[in-house]
Amino acid sequence: MLTIGLTHYLVVGAALLSCGIYVMSTKRNAIGILIGVELVLNSAAVNFVAFDRFLVQTTLDGQIATLFVIVLAAAEAAIAVAICVNLYKNLTSVDVDQASRLQG
Amino acid sequence: MVLRLHKLTIPSLVAVAGLLLTAAPALALSAGGEASPTEATKVAAPGSLFDAIMFYVVALVTVVSALGVCISKNVVRMAVWLFCTLGCVGLLYFLLAATFVGAIQFIVYVGGTLVLLIFGVMLTSKSPWARYETHPVELSAALVVCVGLFSTLCLVFSSMRWPVVQWETEGTAVRDIGVALLTRYLVPFEAAAVLLFIVMVGAAHLARQEKK
Amino acid sequence: MSQFSVPWKPRSEVRYGFLSRVIIAIAAAIYAIFKPVVSRFPGLVAWAVLILSCLLVWAHAVIFDYVDETILRAAADQDITRPVIQFGSPSTWGYAPSTIEPLLAGAGMGSGFASLCKYALWPLQFIIVRDLIILAALFALFGLVPAYAIWWERKVAGRIQSRTGPMRVGGWHGWAQSLADGLKLVLKEDLVPDEADKPLFRVAPYLALIPAALAFVALPFGVGWVFRELDVALVFILAMLGIEVVGVIVGGWASNNKWSVYGAMREACQMVAYEIPMGMALLVPIVCAGTLSLREIGEMQSGGWFSWLAFSNPFAFIAFVSYVIASLASVKRAPFDLPESESELVAGFHTEYSGYRWGIFFLAEYAAMFVVGALASVLFLGGWNSPLPSSWAASWGDGWIARIAEGILFGGPLWFIAKAFGFVYLQMWLRWTLPRIRIDQVLYACVQVLLPLTMLLLIGTALWVWALESSGFAVFSSIVSVILGLIGLVFAFGFLGIAGYGFYNQRRLVGRLNTDLLSGS
Repeated sequence: MLTIGLTHYLVVGAALLSCGIYVMSTKRNAIGILIGVELVLNSAAVNFVAFDRFLVQTTLDGQIATLFVIVLAAAEAAIAVAICVNLYKNLTSVDVDQASRLQG
Repeated sequence: MVLRLHKLTIPSLVAVAGLLLTAAPALALSAGGEASPTEATKVAAPGSLFDAIMFYVVALVTVVSALGVCISKNVVRMAVWLFCTLGCVGLLYFLLAATFVGAIQFIVYVGGTLVLLIFGVMLTSKSPWARYETHPVELSAALVVCVGLFSTLCLVFSSMRWPVVQWETEGTAVRDIGVALLTRYLVPFEAAAVLLFIVMVGAAHLARQEKK
Repeated sequence: MSQFSVPWKPRSEVRYGFLSRVIIAIAAAIYAIFKPVVSRFPGLVAWAVLILSCLLVWAHAVIFDYVDETILRAAADQDITRPVIQFGSPSTWGYAPSTIEPLLAGAGMGSGFASLCKYALWPLQFIIVRDLIILAALFALFGLVPAYAIWWERKVAGRIQSRTGPMRVGGWHGWAQSLADGLKLVLKEDLVPDEADKPLFRVAPYLALIPAALAFVALPFGVGWVFRELDVALVFILAMLGIEVVGVIVGGWASNNKWSVYGAMREACQMVAYEIPMGMALLVPIVCAGTLSLREIGEMQSGGWFSWLAFSNPFAFIAFVSYVIASLASVKRAPFDLPESESELVAGFHTEYSGYRWGIFFLAEYAAMFVVGALASVLFLGGWNSPLPSSWAASWGDGWIARIAEGILFGGPLWFIAKAFGFVYLQMWLRWTLPRIRIDQVLYACVQVLLPLTMLLLIGTALWVWALESSGFAVFSSIVSVILGLIGLVFAFGFLGIAGYGFYNQRRLVGRLNTDLLSGS
């Protein structure tokens, strides 16, 4: 227990993943769902860095993958917030259940 | 006039607690094998006990604040809990001796993405107390799925036998990451640059004011 | 009293608690002891306390050095093994006090003194104990800097407006005004609006405070005088300055007040916008130095005034100016203080705050001002080095007096703190001189002026550094840097000259009322 290994970090990553999926599936607010996505992305990023630290070590693959995850998360958040603002302009609400006009 | 100094007690206790809260991340910053300033302090560390304690503290706060994201109903509170989670994940990177990734997590994720999210919340809510209710059946189904997922993953992890790798003492140099980004990862690096440019234009286009 | 009926529930009258009695007794005793001295030599005492506290904050570095030399290295030389204890996994432990005593005696300490010191020095072998001591010192400095800067700002504002500023508390120019204000803020009622989001309202000041405190953790006050020497210190400090905005936004939002929300929105968009030119301007000296570690950058500039990075090439010189402008916006100081502009938004994001939570916001703001100034001094103006080249001290030997003189004359934490406070002074001077600009002008200045400018500077610096490889250009570059250094010298002496002229002609410039008739001015 006192030596921190790969498993410890993987468990933290798994907890973040589960919380993220829970948030994504239960929240009705579009930005709430976005927050869930961020949690999931973070769990993946923690796993990348942990694998890089404990298994790879010679190359920096894991850390660089995490850097790309962070960049893509920023890009995704920018687009998603813009979409949410647009949704709010059209529906005066960001409840995702109301955005069903295309279902006919 | 009665000088009510008893009021000092609670604020000062809170202030002390706040300083301790600040001390924890400060201590976590280098616990992951940051090169110590002198030879002597390096050998004086009592094993990796300190690392272990810092890991447990930071991991606990990470998971608790992630649960806080799940539980809270208000979006701004969710964002504040997410702030806590992201900060602690950054500290986890520092504990893993990935200092550059940790710093980037702080500057891009916490300082940029999260502010963007809060901005989005402010632009899209009618009142601070706007709530979006979810059906209890949905909630319990999601709960079952997520708890199942988490316990399955933990089972898998406990049955895995990872090769034991010796913990290095020094962290990775920023220079190595820079060199790797401009040699091995040049194509994805440039692709990410192009993507960011497209995103910038696209977001500006999506969120622009319609001219009536 | 009972004939007044108040709409709120009257509070039960609680008198002093135990802790309060202890605090009062200690404060009264301290006051009684120091009153005669302070009232006779107030100015002297104030300066002595300031300099001593700056030095004391870093006294631990000397003690740790001593422990390293006399105990740990000597023990390693004599092949004394460390005791191993079972604690989860077998770990080596520090040397026992009985082992330490002969080592201290061997280093020339008297035997009686050594037997006393062995217990005091024993814990200092452990990283965690050292960390806690340095953290305590660092947070003491973190509290001291804003308290001093707030008093100073009020004095500067007073002088600029031909007033005297606070004059009463403490005797000499109201030097204890911040302490009195702090006590007042702590004693005030902790108001939370009914319609506010109460937990967020309460937690928001701390969200602003903690990043500001964490930025201090990576600041290099001198060679080896840094709590955590991160190789990404610059990115880390910038990130902390950026995170501070979250506290402001959350506080403004949780107040449930439209002025607060406006202030918070302005803060968010200003902060996110100005972070980019600020980071770009900071990348210019990074490109010149070739490292992100603040310690290495500081050590590069130890060759005196002309080796400072601001004078290394024309691009760095302009980048310094644009960094100062962008940093003003990022710590929301005038002319960019729109988040709290009191003429339009009552007080911006802290409209609803009072008491010590409001004080915490201020603490964070002034600490951020110091951090921004410290960054400028490390990256552009030589960090902890004085304008004299430190190579002059090479022949001075290794004695105690030589080391102290070196630390005062050629570089040390005092120079670092003085430079950072110089920038804080610059920010105050601009605040009380310039009018506030509009939000669209703020964003125009960022996106259309500073951003392209700093991008060009970055490209220019990269080309300059690349061209340095040819020897002919290196000669040209050193000539240019000497010219730039001379321009900087002219600015510095011009500034000092204007200040001296103002000081000696104050009677004519601000009128007799301020200089003669008001007591203590």
